[in-house]
Amino acid sequence: MEYFIELFLGGLTRGSIYALIALGYTMVYGIIQLINFAHGEIYMIGAFVAYVVCGVLTIYGFHGVSILIIAGILAVVYSCAYGYTLEKVAYRPLRGAPRLSPLISAIGMSIFLQNYVLLAQTPDFLPFPALIPEFDFMEPVAHIIGSAELVILVTTLVTMILLTLLIKYTKIGKAMRATQQDMSMARLVGVNVDRVISMTFIIGSALAAIGGVLVASYIGQVNFYIGFIAGVKAFTAAVLGGIGSIPGAVLGGLALGLTESFAAGYISSDYEDAFAFALLVLILTLRPSGILGRATKQKV
Amino acid sequence: MKNLKQSLAVALWFIFLTFPLMVVKVNTSDSLVEWRWWNILWVGLGTFALSFVWRHALARKEARQMAAQAGQEELIGPGPFERVMANQTLRNQFMFGLLIFALIFPWTFDTYQTTIMISALIYVILGLGLNITVGLAGLLDLGYVAFFAVGAYAYALLNHHFGLGFWTVLPVGGLLSCLFGVILGFPILRLRGDYLAIVTLGFGMIIKVVLENWSEFSFGPSGIANIDKPGLFGLAMDIDAATTYIYYIAIALVIFTVFVTTRLRNSRIGRAWIALREDEIACVAMGIDMARTKLSAYALGAYWAGMVGVLFAAKTTFINPASFTFMESAIILSIVVLGGMGSILGVILGAFILILMPEYLRAFSEYRMLAFGAAMVLMMIFRPQGIITNIRQKYEYKGLKEETEHG
Repeated sequence: MEYFIELFLGGLTRGSIYALIALGYTMVYGIIQLINFAHGEIYMIGAFVAYVVCGVLTIYGFHGVSILIIAGILAVVYSCAYGYTLEKVAYRPLRGAPRLSPLISAIGMSIFLQNYVLLAQTPDFLPFPALIPEFDFMEPVAHIIGSAELVILVTTLVTMILLTLLIKYTKIGKAMRATQQDMSMARLVGVNVDRVISMTFIIGSALAAIGGVLVASYIGQVNFYIGFIAGVKAFTAAVLGGIGSIPGAVLGGLALGLTESFAAGYISSDYEDAFAFALLVLILTLRPSGILGRATKQKV
Repeated sequence: MKNLKQSLAVALWFIFLTFPLMVVKVNTSDSLVEWRWWNILWVGLGTFALSFVWRHALARKEARQMAAQAGQEELIGPGPFERVMANQTLRNQFMFGLLIFALIFPWTFDTYQTTIMISALIYVILGLGLNITVGLAGLLDLGYVAFFAVGAYAYALLNHHFGLGFWTVLPVGGLLSCLFGVILGFPILRLRGDYLAIVTLGFGMIIKVVLENWSEFSFGPSGIANIDKPGLFGLAMDIDAATTYIYYIAIALVIFTVFVTTRLRNSRIGRAWIALREDEIACVAMGIDMARTKLSAYALGAYWAGMVGVLFAAKTTFINPASFTFMESAIILSIVVLGGMGSILGVILGAFILILMPEYLRAFSEYRMLAFGAAMVLMMIFRPQGIITNIRQKYEYKGLKEETEHG
């Protein structure tokens, strides 16, 4: 039973990270129907910036939680900047082009960003300092759930509540929902669609960066390639939940994390990735629009 | 003045963006921070200059689009190269010259050059195969390398366990890939473009994970060594002769592939693929069987990857799962995209450019993937039809033309 709870909490942690990244995919897809393939790279850049900032701060004598906060903030700022630039350079000129074009452009951008980090920094795995401290009050349950896992779960929960509030009650949130429903109509009633799209990329990137910093300090290493796998998994999660739906992305992320955790714990950890994709193929075959997605009727 | 200001802003923005990654480098083991200040200058100057080019190119593209909308000129018209190719005699001469060059190549260059040429030819076939799925049928396949792996492992395993030769396995590898294409095709028939891309990507990953972990079957990450080279009636060959021989096999396979894919493109099923790519709903409404058309595009696209996978295993005599990563799929995809989706000559040219250029520009080979990625983005924005435009065959009513000419 204890093993089961351990796997469950591990899956939940992993799933909440997937959910954080999946939100970026789903929000962008909901608005411009584009798989932002480079989203995983934004997550990786967030983690990498945090790594660099941590390194510099450690050498200049900072320590503890202050590093975590400064590195986290800078990672979010930079990820947002990259996400914003990415949209401007690679996707905006392709607005209105055939659907395959922006997708290929996104794949190109993903390859470009990976290799940019590889060349600017290093191809090696770098050790990432464990920024999240061990809490004393976690001592009695430490064999089931670590402090880092608790921080990840709480941070994700808080982020998601904030996101929900943002989308429900703020002006930009309303504009985002309007654009998602009908872009040309939103434009007609005075929504600045270009700004909404930029904002969507910025918010998605911020979520990815939070995920990136949390994962990097949980796993303890960064590399230019981490974004690719995480991105693919998160996209799988978004599709699982029904792409375009925000609660769907969260649900999909948790479902994927739990599946992986249980499959690795009870069957075999070698085939972890294969299980994730098998689940995806299964869901898409049975329900092409995902768990919470609405089946859209195509009209001519 | 306004331009200057804009470019300055762009340069400053990119300096800010690249600062933590390009300038700072942390060496944690020695607790040292390396500040590479010079990079600021390069980034600044580079983006400053590029932003001018970028704006100019975007403005030109827009002007062209406006003109096309006004009906003044065709948006995707034939370039000078396409006009030459449209001329029958010139084209035949060109093809003949190319063939002669291909045939004497191994005798004029050394074995090393021939080996490079073989790998370029392998990518030509891979590109042509993926061109069927992506270029003609418009189904984005991001796990194409999986079919390549199926072919390569088919030969390696059949050769290892049963001692089957190259020529026996060549069709078997292709057909096995076909089968995998159909298996992959079934669950995703109902999916739309984007979902399809992610499932094919997943398929590519599953194959790699299985090859890496199922050691009893595939010998795991250590791979399979000592695969037989293709035989020629039991003749003993040294390395040079064997390379030349494989080169000729590759040339023959390329010619075979070009012939079949050209015929396929102009056939009933090829036109069905193009119709499916242009508009799925209209295509189904016209009575084209969508399931059959999609499955055949997957199966026929996969066939070439399987076939050339056998050749790849025979050429390298050693394979392991590391040869079949997503990056390979991405390279093949960029060949198709850069060459021109749907255009056979474009794909061939694309493969040569993308594979040979990094080989001969060794100094820049580490920038290869960076350039690929950038080229994919730029190509999509400024020249989505690729290097060589695929010109759709048009049927002209000859009778009327003759009448007007004579009368």
